[in-house]
Amino acid sequence: MSDASTTPLTIVVLVKHVPDVQFDRHIDQDSLRLDRTESVLSELDEYAVEAALAIVEDNGGFAAGHQVIAATMGSGSSVNSVKKALQMGASSGLHLNDAALAGSDAVATSRALAALVRHVPDADLVITGMASTDAETSVVPAQLAELLGFAQLTHAASVAFDASVRELTVERDHLNQRVTLKAGLPAVLSVTDQANDPRYPNFKGIMAAKKKKIVEVDLAAIGLAAQDVGAEGSTTSVLAAEQRPARPAGTIINDSGEAGIALVDFLAEQKLI
Amino acid sequence: MSSALVFFSDLSAAPGKAQRELLTLASRFQTAVVAAATEISAEARDVIASYGIGTALQAANPGQGFGEHELAVLDAALLQTDADLVLLGNDSFSRELGARIAVRRNAAIVTDVVDVSADLIATKDELAGSYSASAKSTTGVLIAAVKPNSIQDAPAGSAGTVQVKELDLGAEQAPKVSVVGVEEKAVSERPSLGEARVVVAGGRGVDGDFGPLEDLADALGAAIGASRAATDAGWISHDAQVGQTGITVSPQLYISAGISGAIQQKAGMQTSKYIIAVNKDVDAPVFEIADLGIVGDLAKVLPQAAAEIRRRRA
Ligand SMILES: Cc1cc2nc3c(=O)[nH]c(=O)nc-3n(C[C@H](O)[C@H](O)[C@H](O)COP(=O)(O)OP(=O)(O)OC[C@H]3O[C@@H](n4cnc5c(N)ncnc54)[C@H](O)[C@@H]3O)c2cc1C
Ligand SMILES: Nc1ncnc2c1ncn2[C@@H]1O[C@H](COP(=O)(O)O)[C@@H](O)[C@H]1O
Repeated sequence: MSDASTTPLTIVVLVKHVPDVQFDRHIDQDSLRLDRTESVLSELDEYAVEAALAIVEDNGGFAAGHQVIAATMGSGSSVNSVKKALQMGASSGLHLNDAALAGSDAVATSRALAALVRHVPDADLVITGMASTDAETSVVPAQLAELLGFAQLTHAASVAFDASVRELTVERDHLNQRVTLKAGLPAVLSVTDQANDPRYPNFKGIMAAKKKKIVEVDLAAIGLAAQDVGAEGSTTSVLAAEQRPARPAGTIINDSGEAGIALVDFLAEQKLI
Repeated sequence: MSSALVFFSDLSAAPGKAQRELLTLASRFQTAVVAAATEISAEARDVIASYGIGTALQAANPGQGFGEHELAVLDAALLQTDADLVLLGNDSFSRELGARIAVRRNAAIVTDVVDVSADLIATKDELAGSYSASAKSTTGVLIAAVKPNSIQDAPAGSAGTVQVKELDLGAEQAPKVSVVGVEEKAVSERPSLGEARVVVAGGRGVDGDFGPLEDLADALGAAIGASRAATDAGWISHDAQVGQTGITVSPQLYISAGISGAIQQKAGMQTSKYIIAVNKDVDAPVFEIADLGIVGDLAKVLPQAAAEIRRRRA
């Protein structure tokens, strides 16, 4: 379906700026909030960007008028994750930045992101990662579907879009089944790392991204007040967060032909057999 | 005086291990009610009663849409019971139901929960289990998605009877999502990966042959897990993947064989009680978290261990 008559799609891809999982991550003991220095685009959101670009490319490309808006909510440096998505090929950026957002839980985050999506004229499709690599809740996509009244297609391991009927078909693992689900637009789609192989930004993409527009908005611009988000707008309150002690150093042995027996000795000592 | 609502998508068969753990946790509160999005089987009724829970709500699944019936059941049950604690599974499907109800009813949703205290404080894993955090609801309703293997299963012993009531869902809305295909997966005889007491997991180092792992898993009554390298290679189903984008496990014992221990793999298994790692490379990061590390060839070590277990049992 790549005829030029395809109705243009407006896709919002949600990208989150998160602490790099390759480093030790810490929760500040005064604020009980995650230390967000050394942050990058959440690895799992690259699959969301790729899914959006694939839909556009399969349906006439950006020349057909489609838009892929990379959107994030977070403090100043979060814009770097939007830039990375633009380098991959998203067409423009949207950054919700407001001091009152700090400390938002999942419910407050979803409320803000839903308002951000509503701020985009005629958004047809919201694409997210399966989970953010910091909060790891996988609840935001479902909450967005609820708040926006969109169809919920989450944890998609494969994605197909039929432009002629504007319907998405996805596969998802569910209990002991692999189910195939279908829904029309508007929809919220979350994709797993099975869905595709995210592209790397190439030189051309990096240069092109410099000219792409990133719009920054604050809460007032999207119709929210400070008390809708942050600690006040949240339904959970974190009371404490303690780092687990590192696992005590174990015993390392070299196999000289008897290690299988040593393994069983260990099981017996720990009463595991 | 807290009242708990424990929600199950499916109680048409005998409750499994993780479901029993939820019943145990629910039974600790002043009142506990079960809600199921299927009809509750006779076996399930007996099990519910054995936890001292006397009321259950059910609504048979009309088989339309995906998740929409379950959502309607959870919502109706919460409104009817006015519970201040909702307990559900930590799987992605259950979490999403809880998440939607949280925004719909202004409740708190907390995932990866390992315990809920009498005053409704949830203890949870944070940052892939490297932190333990506690959180509460600020609105009076807490929805907790509870990790399997966190609660010690303990039926209260009072085997009364459970009164099962039909939930009135009103007119269900036309579903937005339709199921257009269902492929049943092969059912394994082994315990399910998320619930198993023992997991034997293999990675790229198994080089296509899970035989030695199957053999050891048989000897231990274990579930089989895998790294993404092994599932991506197609050696084993994606359902076996442990880690950031697979299943998170917290068994008594995790035996890691031919897995280097990348951060995304560790994210799914580092809260295991005991970890044994078998790897040819002494520098493999998995050794940093192993209680017992064996530098050696898994093709030699695992069969020897399996044979030794059988010998000692004979
Ligand atoms: C977005 C994202 C999500 C991911 N999610 C996951 C996830 O959920 N789970 C996951 O596991 N990974 C995940 N990964 C992949 C992860 O980063 C690693 O690439 C992967 O875990 C490596 O698998 P492996 O340890 O089996 O392979 P390798 O890293 O190649 O390690 C193989 C190991 O086997 C050892 N070995 C070889 N032969 C033998 C032998 N005969 N006996 C003993 N040892 C032997 C080697 O010494 C080596 O250490 C993810 C990656 C990304 C980018
Ligand atoms: N602050 C945020 N900004 C942009 N996207 C977000 C944010 N938080 C969550 N998301 C999106 O929601 C997905 C699931 O996040 P979570 O529910 O936190 O695990 C992520 O992969 C993102 O696509």
